[in-house]
Amino acid sequence: MKVLKINKEDWADGLKKLGESCRLLGPLKDGEFHNFKELGRGELPDFNFQNTRLSPKSIVYPQSEKMFDYTLDQNDPNHNILKEAVKDYSPQVVMGIRPCDAKALSLVKLNFDTPEYKDTYWLKRFESTTLVGLACHNPCSSCFCTSAGTGPFHPEALDMLLVEDNDQFLAQILTEKGEAIAKTAGWSTEAGSDVQKQVTAMKEAAEGRITSFISAENLKNKSAMEIYEDPYWEDVSFSCINCGTCTYLCPTCWCFDVQDETCGNCGIRMRNWDSCMYPLFSLHGSGHNPRGQKLQRVRQRFMHKLKYFLDKYDEGIQCVGCGRCVRYCPVNIDIRRVCELMNRSEACPVTI
Amino acid sequence: MLEYTEKIREISKQLLKECKVDMVIGFRKGTVPMMNEPTFIKSANEVNQLVWDSNCGINLANYLTNRKENIGIIAKGCDSRNICVHLVENKIRREQLHIIGVPCKGMIDKRKIADLFGKEILNVEEDGESIVVEGDGTAKVYKKKDVLQENCAICIHRNPVIYDDLVGDLVEEQKDVDRYEDVRKIEAMAPDQRWNYFDDLLKNCIRCYACRNVCPLCYCPTCFVDESRPQWVGKSIDPTDTRTFHFLRAYHCAGRCTDCGACERACPVNIKVRTFTKKLEKDVKELFNFDAGLDPDVRPPLDVYKTQDPEDFIK
Repeated sequence: MKVLKINKEDWADGLKKLGESCRLLGPLKDGEFHNFKELGRGELPDFNFQNTRLSPKSIVYPQSEKMFDYTLDQNDPNHNILKEAVKDYSPQVVMGIRPCDAKALSLVKLNFDTPEYKDTYWLKRFESTTLVGLACHNPCSSCFCTSAGTGPFHPEALDMLLVEDNDQFLAQILTEKGEAIAKTAGWSTEAGSDVQKQVTAMKEAAEGRITSFISAENLKNKSAMEIYEDPYWEDVSFSCINCGTCTYLCPTCWCFDVQDETCGNCGIRMRNWDSCMYPLFSLHGSGHNPRGQKLQRVRQRFMHKLKYFLDKYDEGIQCVGCGRCVRYCPVNIDIRRVCELMNRSEACPVTI
Repeated sequence: MLEYTEKIREISKQLLKECKVDMVIGFRKGTVPMMNEPTFIKSANEVNQLVWDSNCGINLANYLTNRKENIGIIAKGCDSRNICVHLVENKIRREQLHIIGVPCKGMIDKRKIADLFGKEILNVEEDGESIVVEGDGTAKVYKKKDVLQENCAICIHRNPVIYDDLVGDLVEEQKDVDRYEDVRKIEAMAPDQRWNYFDDLLKNCIRCYACRNVCPLCYCPTCFVDESRPQWVGKSIDPTDTRTFHFLRAYHCAGRCTDCGACERACPVNIKVRTFTKKLEKDVKELFNFDAGLDPDVRPPLDVYKTQDPEDFIK
């Protein structure tokens, strides 16, 4: 694998060159926390962060996205025609995405890019995006990426992985897209032959700093019905207030709702993130709600992430261990604890 | 307040053993620093799960709405006031409840502490009036009174207003508190400035509804933002829709909000949502001299007609 050395003195200059040919996005601190935002001209991403408050999924999958325009004017020749909304799919580069969040995009892709169904909005934007990862030297105490199929230096879905090393970045080139942006930015100094060893040592050190783990090894072989009917769901769901914090902060939650909005004769059809925690999510037109109770909704979220997804795709669980839901759930429902309960091989008392 | 835990367990055990209640609603120890989880206990053998410390900021009255069981509930001052509001609004009956009152000295503000500490917090312990914060090889000690949630710092009803048992001696109430300094600042702004202030305040909102759902006052079977026939509010993150949600939510809380701070505590993107509810609290205080949730027999002012109403149009 090719590894480049980028001196931090050349960093700003490289980004400037990149910024001339594409949109650049990166973590910026606004108020008390970091989020991914478009970088202004000459603006540098702020890498002084553990992870962003919101996941970067919105870069590929905006919270609200217009799909079609239409008119209600019966005299308009376009009446009753949905016109595809004009969108910007020009190339963009995300600087500093954490490896867990990049892996999350590859999990979401399993759902949005299947032989039967392709989500063109998601896919076009994903394809026009180059992901430059930032290896995680100091994971949070609530991160459990290494037991959720990823890790602080995990390269999956990334085009380039930056490893910060004092006054330089070591940049692993992982794909042609990664190669191309390195060229555009003018980063070309190859690191010496011993660099791989150095990166491996840093990777192991970072993995050693992970203190939080989940056990998911039994989930595949347990029957979904057995877990579904386990007795702990009342205890797990009691405190849940059915807000959308966990689903909206989660990098792997992909559900959306389609809405029409009109103003005068002009209408748009849009899609907005939706959350399985909301009663409205599963409300049928008939008035019937198959998940009318809180327990059913909470169970659905964990069953989907930790069991149905695993059964359907056989690509691990639908969780990358970023820890956002653990840290920001207003009532401290902890997926690590729920996974532990679900993974237990026998039914046990609800208290742990 | 740590010593309350033993008393809470003792009372809960007795209540469950004597079958006076079907369940006790309280807090169990959280899995991350400065968080506890609301929980219920149905067996006297499980009471040791119950804890009390300065991280019990969620309002437990929210878990009573429309329940049918007989319930023991741990209630600090604000929880007890929301229990009163629930009683007035028929969301629970008094005879269903055994209220285990907690004289409260305030909850700590996890955001303020995170900000002061400046790096990831790995452990937080309290020792009387001190809060010991540890992370990455360093520890800092803060005075609890300096790191209280903002609503707790200006709280004038720390003691439960209604209870069947108390877990400790009543605490001294704070006097001469200026509850509305921040509201007056916003009232004094020019309209443009105020508009920008609210825009900035709400710019990070992701419409997750944590503020609404954690609030004991928000129990409508279908919230106006979820109505689809007709649809009152758009569901995108269009700023107008987001503002409409926050403003109307606050108005629905007028004369009912006890400033328990749960909404602000719950917000995942640190929006100071109390800014809205406090303005309405101030208006209700000035217009009707009313404090919400002090008496389970008094209906809130926006729910009653009085001939002394200060507005002329209604007479």
